[in-house]
Amino acid sequence: MMHYLFSFFAGGLFGLGLLISGMTDTNKIQNWLDIFGRWDPTLAFVLTGAIIPMFFAWQISKRMKKPCAAEVFPANPSIKINPSLVFGSILFGVGWALIGLCPGPVIASISFGGWQGILFIISMVSGIFLAKIVKRQVN
Amino acid sequence: MTETSYLYGLSGGLLIGFAASMYLLCNGRIMGASGILADLLSNIKSENWYRALFFVIALVTVPWIANQLLNLNAQTNITDNMMIIIIAGLLVGFGSHLANGCTSGHGVCGISRFAPRGIIATLIYLAAGMVSLYIFRHMIGIV
Repeated sequence: MMHYLFSFFAGGLFGLGLLISGMTDTNKIQNWLDIFGRWDPTLAFVLTGAIIPMFFAWQISKRMKKPCAAEVFPANPSIKINPSLVFGSILFGVGWALIGLCPGPVIASISFGGWQGILFIISMVSGIFLAKIVKRQVN
Repeated sequence: MTETSYLYGLSGGLLIGFAASMYLLCNGRIMGASGILADLLSNIKSENWYRALFFVIALVTVPWIANQLLNLNAQTNITDNMMIIIIAGLLVGFGSHLANGCTSGHGVCGISRFAPRGIIATLIYLAAGMVSLYIFRHMIGIV
């Protein structure tokens, strides 16, 4: 049962981090991508800040037999670069630029994102279901 | 003030990193928003589903409470254009699920363990995002 509690804490911390870092503001994301215009480097600071603790966490995980509230750590990273990864990332990048939101921030901002946030989530969930169908066809 | 914005970015980023660290070291899972969302949409009442549910409940309520308590008056500044919202939502949902990850999974968790797939995915969606932003903003003028 403890892992549900950790899940709750992680989700809360993640949401707070997204809010404080300004990643729930679509202007910040779109300006980050606007390298030939109003470039805003904030996202690089966010990513750096997030990667540092996570780098140490991966190192610590190698020295632990198992996670404190679960049985196994994730498998070693795959090196398989398949078409799904490439095409999926391209489509994700295009949508990300078009709206300035990705899955984490749009959920974190649901309480102040208005009808637009809700509509985006409905549409995003539809996209996930479509991808599930496509994945089943491919595999 | 841009410098303040960088400082907030770095502090918020650290919180995201601590969240991902806790998720890995305690639950043995990679903290990726698109993956957790996909878990929430499948195998209802399974262990993965409950884990995703608790994660998402906190992901929604904590920023809401923080926004109220700290009077942040947070804004998403999202467009009113329904067509753009719908198309972008489909692209983000479809693309991230097909690629098995988005900014949190591939970006934060993948890069920090030097995972080739995470690094490649991040480079691709950054490049695709920058090129399309250029087209959408400077050529078509819709964003």
